[in-house]
Amino acid sequence: MSLSPAAVAAWRSREPRAFGATASRRALRWLGGAAFLAWLAWSFWLFDITPARLWNGAAGLLTILRLMIPPNPGELWADILKGMAESVAMAFLGSLIASLLAVPLGFLGARNIVTATLLRFSLRRLFDGMRGVDQLVWALAYVRAVGLGPLAGVLAIVSSDIAVLSKLYAEAIENAETRPGEGVAAAGGSRLQAIRFGILPQVLPVMLAQALYFFESNTRSAAILGVVGAGGIGLQIAERIKVRHWDEVAFIIILMVVTVGAIDLLSGAIRRRLIGRRETAPL
Amino acid sequence: MDSMAAHLPAVRRGEAAYQALRRQRRLTGLTGFAILAAAFLGAAWMSEFYPSSLAAGLPRIGEYFHRILPTLHWSTLFAGVEAEGSLAFWFYRLDSWLLLLLQTAQMAALATLGGAAVALLLAFPAARNLAPSRWLHHLTRRGLEATRTVPEIVSALIFVWAFGVGPLAGILAIGLHTAGALGKLFSEVMENAPMQAWDGLRASGANWAQACRYAILPQVAPNLLSYALLRFEINLRSATVIGFVGAGGIGQELYQVIAFNYYEEISAIVVLVILAVMLIDLLSEKLRHRLTHAAGAR
Repeated sequence: MSLSPAAVAAWRSREPRAFGATASRRALRWLGGAAFLAWLAWSFWLFDITPARLWNGAAGLLTILRLMIPPNPGELWADILKGMAESVAMAFLGSLIASLLAVPLGFLGARNIVTATLLRFSLRRLFDGMRGVDQLVWALAYVRAVGLGPLAGVLAIVSSDIAVLSKLYAEAIENAETRPGEGVAAAGGSRLQAIRFGILPQVLPVMLAQALYFFESNTRSAAILGVVGAGGIGLQIAERIKVRHWDEVAFIIILMVVTVGAIDLLSGAIRRRLIGRRETAPL
Repeated sequence: MDSMAAHLPAVRRGEAAYQALRRQRRLTGLTGFAILAAAFLGAAWMSEFYPSSLAAGLPRIGEYFHRILPTLHWSTLFAGVEAEGSLAFWFYRLDSWLLLLLQTAQMAALATLGGAAVALLLAFPAARNLAPSRWLHHLTRRGLEATRTVPEIVSALIFVWAFGVGPLAGILAIGLHTAGALGKLFSEVMENAPMQAWDGLRASGANWAQACRYAILPQVAPNLLSYALLRFEINLRSATVIGFVGAGGIGQELYQVIAFNYYEEISAIVVLVILAVMLIDLLSEKLRHRLTHAAGAR
């Protein structure tokens, strides 16, 4: 059984969308595609991306990759290991200081602790602004302020972490159960005691877990802060790339990956030990 | 009453167990604290975080950040470029900075696009339920891992050697990292997709590529797009600093004004970057919400 052309036409007028996209929709699609292609061509032209450049670059990259094998620690392997240790130390110190400083700031930023709206609001906006600045920018600024070396890196990690950690801590405090604190207050405890015995035990595991997550992520970022002069393994890798010792560069990259993996395992083990397998998702 | 209860053996045992537990807890607490203190001292020694250097550095930090802050006067706040203390004086090179910001956003967009395209192609073989063979699955997985473990700045440093100074190196570095990160996320989304459509298509004779295209892609497309948009936000942040190593964008300009101590320009550029990042975040969040609603409605 087949439909007569008239019936098909009737159905087409009744359910136009069942017969594929309408003409206007198709035109819109074409226009969108053309605009996309035009944007793509424009940006290729803007950034001077040509097949020849890509080809030459790929050939150069292949040469670099070939020179990377086999990875080789080189003569100054002691410096490389010291740089890696420095990076881990920077990450540890930065996370520790930031998470300690963030505890009082978190309490100040929590709605259920501080009722002075203006103070809390301005504190939170300040943190928002600080969070928008990348860690590398902080590192570069501190290198100008206190000179080359790992101190600038530690300060950069503290500055960029403190804003995020304070916000996370404040949110944890706001989400804490109010009843234990009320109980302490009803039994005659002061406000400070209510915070210490009513709220702190609830939020401490969350704070610990967040601090450990930040230690993990800071190990990754501390490895590259040295590129702008803030100490650690980044300085070593940047120097070796400058003099094109590619086998040593490959060795450093492998060392970075292994170290980051080891820190992740260690921090995961500590986290499970301290707070059990509770679900505390990272950001 | 209390003294009588204290002589009962059960109470005494309970008391002893309580004291033992307390002692043990105090011991673990002290050991933990000692380990933490030792690690702190070791890290401080390693990273030259001495009280003396800190004491010498802190005033200089205060001075530095004080200098970075612009000097604005209420009386001339909205005056022209010539008036010292006006907003226009602070942002006196606004036009060229906006152009650089646009270039940075373009870099992030191109890198996200390229990275997402590569990730999409590699995600199908990397998904456990779709991979045509086991070794291909492992090969793509390990390949994606390798691209995402190298930090963007490091690959940018290497690409600057291979492709020359300029935005191309930055785009490729960010794109490479994006491909690795998105490839993992994409393949995980695909692993969670219902397989009925796939089974049906394969049973009716579709080949592997056709089944991927018509059975899996329509199910996961909104999710993938939403991940790609999220990645665009991240890439915009990376693109603003990738210029520190000569890989284009506003980072190159920021590096120069910091290196040459053009104090007020530093704060001006940083403010612009923060505003741009916030704007893109807002737009992208709106788009993502619409995408997830569209996906939920079906």
